[in-house]
Amino acid sequence: MVYKQRLDGRKDDELRPIEAKAGVIPNATGSASFKIGKTWALAAVYGPRELFPKFLQNPKEGVLRCHYGMMPFSGSGERVRPGSNRRAQEIAMVIGKALEPVVDLSAFPNSVVDVYIDLPQTDAGTRCAGLSAASMALADAGIPMKDMVSSVAVGKVDNRIVADLDYREEHIEEFNPESEGASVSDIPVAVIHNTGEVVLLQMDGKISKIELVTALRLAQKVTEKIYLEQKRALLERFPRE
Amino acid sequence: MGTLKAQERNIVIPGEILAEGMDYLPGENTYREQENIYSKVLGLVTLVGRVIKITPLSGPYVLKIGDKIIAQVTDITMNGWRVSTNTAYTAMLNVKDATTRFVKKEEDLSKILAIGDYVVVRIVNVTSQNLIDVIMKEPGLHKISGGRIISLNSQKVPRLIGKQGSMISLIKERTGCEITVGQNGLVWLKGTPEGEYLAEQAVHLVEEKAHLEGLTVRMEKFLSTGVKA
Repeated sequence: MVYKQRLDGRKDDELRPIEAKAGVIPNATGSASFKIGKTWALAAVYGPRELFPKFLQNPKEGVLRCHYGMMPFSGSGERVRPGSNRRAQEIAMVIGKALEPVVDLSAFPNSVVDVYIDLPQTDAGTRCAGLSAASMALADAGIPMKDMVSSVAVGKVDNRIVADLDYREEHIEEFNPESEGASVSDIPVAVIHNTGEVVLLQMDGKISKIELVTALRLAQKVTEKIYLEQKRALLERFPRE
Repeated sequence: MGTLKAQERNIVIPGEILAEGMDYLPGENTYREQENIYSKVLGLVTLVGRVIKITPLSGPYVLKIGDKIIAQVTDITMNGWRVSTNTAYTAMLNVKDATTRFVKKEEDLSKILAIGDYVVVRIVNVTSQNLIDVIMKEPGLHKISGGRIISLNSQKVPRLIGKQGSMISLIKERTGCEITVGQNGLVWLKGTPEGEYLAEQAVHLVEEKAHLEGLTVRMEKFLSTGVKA
């Protein structure tokens, strides 16, 4: 009844294959695509632009507004109803709060910067992929930022602390007959690269204190890999022939 | 002793370390945290003496007093026009700053500038809240008629103009177009249809290759062969 090997054969600290690209949407001010395994997030940044209705304006600094959405065909199960829902609103909020500490909009009072995150395909870890993409898109848009935000989920599957859970691992009981009665905890984490400050930390499931500390250590280690991919993608936007 | 961590003309991303120690000074688009200097935008590292600054490769136009911009009339008010500046902020153009002739009190302002008209104006005042005043009463400032308006990222305007206007005069000369570049990234082209098309392609070339060196050579090649190198 122990989880001996990960379902896709990865090592505990191994991430799914990452494919990151900046500047994928020509009409947006800045944009990015971030694929991790089968999860695929697109982020587009528009602005700074005028904010209406006017009562939402902040005369001290610009407003950062996030939108998150899974595309109707994105999941492996039922069609996802398009448009906002309770879950999408919450995720948009936590992503916005994770970006706020790094984004500096003091030069753009009364304006808004819109971040649209859409997921053409999902296989768990969407808020992390979305956040990593959003951070790249903001940098691509030339918005002043203190640092980059890199995000990935860690967690406990049965007895193992692993990084970047996919959908099958999150529902291990369904997909692995040996793991009957196993508990899973999924912890999306986002960190600011230079300081290692945690800007997003949520959890689904149960975990002990020691295991949580181990998981967070693992998160600090693997978000660095995300950061390197983000950096590579942003630099690739400007090829040196 | 301070050390430089990034090389000049290298591309850096936000949060990348540029220098350690107090020997260097943080310039535009950088910030100091304790002893270190970090980048604040995606851009090219530029060293001016001991000052490190970043030349952004993208990003919004930052309003500056004295800049010549191209704007579009969006509204007519009691004493002038409201114009959109291709930024998050609109500007005011007062009647007395728009024309040298006497405008009677009851005159219809839309006879002078109608909604939708483009104008070449100069920024004369910007407040902390980015309220903008512009004027149109200097030589070189006027209402735009004919031709076409295209936009490029405002951070690439200096490259489009070139050193002492070398790039823009090259494009003007080869395409036979009249070209006005607004610092806000709007460009007005007027000439023959073929000339305008070629000039538009040339502006797009600048936008694509702005981060590379030897842009004038590329441009010359493009204008003579029609192939983007």
